[in-house]
Amino acid sequence: MQSQARLGFFLLLTPLLLWLGLLILIPHVDMALLSLRERVGVGQYTTSLANYGIFFGEPLYMWTFLRTAVMSVLATVITLIIAFPVAYYIAKMARGRTRSALFLLCLVPFWVSELVRTFGWMILLRETGLFSSLLQWAGLATGPVEMLYNDAAIMVGLVYTSMLFMVVPLVTTLESLDDAVIEAGYDLGGSGLSVLREIIIPHAMPGIVSGSIVVFMLSLGNYLTPTMLGGKDSLWFTELIYSQFIVRFNWELGAAFGFMLLFLSSVIVWGTLRLTGQTLERTMG
Amino acid sequence: MIPSIPQPRAFRAAYMAYVLLFFVYLALPLVVVAVFAFNDSQFPSLPWEGFTWNWFFGDERPMIGVFHERPILRAIGTSAIVGSCVALLSVAVGTSNAFLFNRYRFRGRGLLYVLMLLPLVIPGIVLGISILVFSSTVANGLWDAVKYDAEMLRPGLVLVVLGQFSFITTIATLVISARLQKFDQTLEEAALNLGADRLTAVRTITIPYLMPAIIGALVVAFLMSFENFNTTLMLVGSDAPLTVAMFDRLKEGSTPLLNAVSLLLMIGSSLLALVMIAFQRRS
Repeated sequence: MQSQARLGFFLLLTPLLLWLGLLILIPHVDMALLSLRERVGVGQYTTSLANYGIFFGEPLYMWTFLRTAVMSVLATVITLIIAFPVAYYIAKMARGRTRSALFLLCLVPFWVSELVRTFGWMILLRETGLFSSLLQWAGLATGPVEMLYNDAAIMVGLVYTSMLFMVVPLVTTLESLDDAVIEAGYDLGGSGLSVLREIIIPHAMPGIVSGSIVVFMLSLGNYLTPTMLGGKDSLWFTELIYSQFIVRFNWELGAAFGFMLLFLSSVIVWGTLRLTGQTLERTMG
Repeated sequence: MIPSIPQPRAFRAAYMAYVLLFFVYLALPLVVVAVFAFNDSQFPSLPWEGFTWNWFFGDERPMIGVFHERPILRAIGTSAIVGSCVALLSVAVGTSNAFLFNRYRFRGRGLLYVLMLLPLVIPGIVLGISILVFSSTVANGLWDAVKYDAEMLRPGLVLVVLGQFSFITTIATLVISARLQKFDQTLEEAALNLGADRLTAVRTITIPYLMPAIIGALVVAFLMSFENFNTTLMLVGSDAPLTVAMFDRLKEGSTPLLNAVSLLLMIGSSLLALVMIAFQRRS
């Protein structure tokens, strides 16, 4: 029996180790090594930090990096602010069938590819699009208005794309909050605002954290939305990685860029977990 | 702010209006995509030129419908094959992982669990390039060592499947674990007491119990693979799956053909979702 259990254990452990080893850990180590390689001649390489030097030395790269980080944080905050009241409504105000129907409605757009969602926004925002025509019809604009190809359009797209990943964890944590606790807050003389601050938000914290992490990650790593909705000047860091790898075929520099992106996301995720006293196992698992 | 606490009427109305507006915002892009699939014009934008089915069934230029557009049909087929492979692989490994983490207490379990979650916090594009880099290192190594050209390790469908599998497995593991945790282990022990061996007990008792989660994970994995863009874009070879094919079209300028494809996608994934919900209701 003992040896059978051991055999079972190793049989179950093998796929996990193969998966994590061959597809996650070793590829990242390999990518790290590649990013530390500098080409000195035809087929000749030395180990150096030159690729990272290029990254820090070129203002365009640094600027894009910072811009992507700041805009992703902003997108996360906006998503949270928009999603919270809706999640609260679904979890605490709606009852029975309405609640499950509303919850399902929130999920529907995300059964559809991100490409389709972005395409929808392009149709709405472009010069010949719906919003532009509406504004002209209402007499608020004299000619066609181009709302596509700028940072605001990117923001709209990012917020829309990641909405689900904020609403679902929020609804789940808010549902577990007992109504009696909120009532007690009011009975003890709290106002709507103080109940929100002292009771509801602290209770929803795990949901807020896990939602924010996922939304931030999705925004940071997004390629489609910035490419389709953004203009010429609105570069996203993933576009730099793509162009180094696929267009310029400079894999060494591309790998260094990939690591900077990974580093940035790890630092922000780790920092958020630290600040709020959560762990990855609890927020994700 | 719960129904049992009285609130001013104006506040309630404003709140309701906000929630309503939110759902309009969610629906608007999708509705627009769907509606313009029927526009009798070369562009998916206003003005409205009248209703047509041509973007689905049309068979002559300039309006070739989805069902006569070979490249798009082929891309749908490619996506379906990739999605099926990813779904089967990731659910198989996910089930194995779920058993491992639920049934065994061993040294390094906590560390492995965190590692298992990691793919969720690695940007998809980074996953893609790391696998691209590693597979070409291996392929080049093979070529230098034994002069064997490992075609499958070059960008193409095998790498796309591996790339998507690398993070969808985490999701499959989480979905299946969640149900396995609720399983009453005494049921399995009863089977063992009644003379079944371990494998029979798991096969006849535990796996049927897990079935709703396994089906759910299959559907979710298939859809995630079908929709995936970032990881796929880095690993794709000459056969493009649907999202990449549509992206290439969209860059050149859009016709209502893309709306028609999108509408079909929406219908397809809603049907899959409904099947899944129905299946979970029943069990």
